[in-house]
Amino acid sequence: MAIRINGTDVQAPSDPRVSLLDLLREELHLTGTKKGCNQGACGACTVLVDGERVVSCLALAVQYEGREITTVEGLSENGALHPLQEAFVEHDGFQCGYCTPGQICSAIGMAGEAKRGVPSHVTEDLSAETITLTHDELRERMSGNLCRCGAYNGIVAAITETFVEAGE
Amino acid sequence: MIPFTYARAANTADAVVHGSAVGTKYIGGGTNLVDLMREGIEHPQALVDVSGLSRDINETADGGLLIGAGVKNTALAEHRLVRTRFPVLSRAIVAGASGQIRNMATVGGNLLQRTRCTYFYDDTGARCNKREPGQGCDAVDGFNRIHAILGASPACVATHPSDMCVALAALDAVVHLEGAGGKRTLPFNELHRLPEGRPDIETLLEPGELITAVELPAQPMAAHSTYRKVRDRASYAFALVSVAAALEVDGGMIRDVRLALGGVAHKPWRAWKAEEVLRGQPASQQLFQAAAEAELANATPLRDNGFKIELAKRTIIAVLGDLSGVSA
Repeated sequence: MAIRINGTDVQAPSDPRVSLLDLLREELHLTGTKKGCNQGACGACTVLVDGERVVSCLALAVQYEGREITTVEGLSENGALHPLQEAFVEHDGFQCGYCTPGQICSAIGMAGEAKRGVPSHVTEDLSAETITLTHDELRERMSGNLCRCGAYNGIVAAITETFVEAGE
Repeated sequence: MIPFTYARAANTADAVVHGSAVGTKYIGGGTNLVDLMREGIEHPQALVDVSGLSRDINETADGGLLIGAGVKNTALAEHRLVRTRFPVLSRAIVAGASGQIRNMATVGGNLLQRTRCTYFYDDTGARCNKREPGQGCDAVDGFNRIHAILGASPACVATHPSDMCVALAALDAVVHLEGAGGKRTLPFNELHRLPEGRPDIETLLEPGELITAVELPAQPMAAHSTYRKVRDRASYAFALVSVAAALEVDGGMIRDVRLALGGVAHKPWRAWKAEEVLRGQPASQQLFQAAAEAELANATPLRDNGFKIELAKRTIIAVLGDLSGVSA
């Protein structure tokens, strides 16, 4: 069984020690996904697995056979940037850019969670069917992605424009 | 990371056969185990992947829930019946880790995660009885701001890191196990051990035994429950102190209560003494204070963590005040 990465089937590594992150970067040369802390604390390595955000540094690649992985390289369609990528540019959602691929993949996964009603630490009414991505909700849900440049205001603005104001 | 073999279990029976071999560990989401292996703290020779097993949440005949050990943390927190019947559990889960990690981490793995004691994690010079039995403990006289105030021993002052488990302790959960000797169940509050002289032995699991499910017995009171976590930053940090509570108040009287603490001990700490003080009494701030004092009466501060004693009391009082509507 293969791992499907951005629409292409890839053989799982024969060495089970290889993380999904190292498979992406070192073997497939998909270097958009970044290695920050390599211990799940910074979120720079966030990718989507069957649409769900995960940190690829703590994922053994062999565990993801049969799954569909989307990295930042897989977000554009026909050469056009994903709307969230456009919004990051528009709102200065980065300075150095190192955390950006993780921020973007995380935000896309996060928007899906909010849409299906997954509660967060700041959700007041647990029985609510839908979540409104307020400023506080959004910041709480994105707390697994650090930005040492401190571009958080731009990141929040970009995500808000893409997933809240656009009514997605 | 040292080399190991990897096999994906086809089913629980298959997992248990492979898992019984010496040097073998089960892997769920891997969010703690992979990190520990990379740091050289865990060094299994073989991994048996059980993350694809037991992924269902089913209602039991009595109105409780049977939660498969492979259920992801996010899936459990968002489940409609958990949110309405056991809100303390949803609240505890979303208070822990990050969105990404909650999407990976399993229920079974959450129960078996290891302490975040910095000396346990440092095998380059720190002594740790949990890592190397008999070696000694550098946390007892070291930087121990995050360490235990209840139930610790001279051998180990580490705390259990889970938020979810604090809710399970309050909810009288039952753990379903399967091993070479067959199936059995264990009350959740008996699963984890206090450190005593052997902090390396953290649970009552037999070698090779697999957690297959966690059962929540029906508990109408749990619909009125919550979780409060106090930590060094607003999100994505381990608890200094946390409180899980469920309360049944009738005409100002506390008919029944469930209370558990996190961040204070080697295991999720069920607050039996506080419950005893509260049960059957008229709800009041004075009563909540007395309950908190009773639970923390035997608390022992280390050099840096004495603040946790007062913090635990205040958090207990605040949570009981919120749930009962009786505030200061």
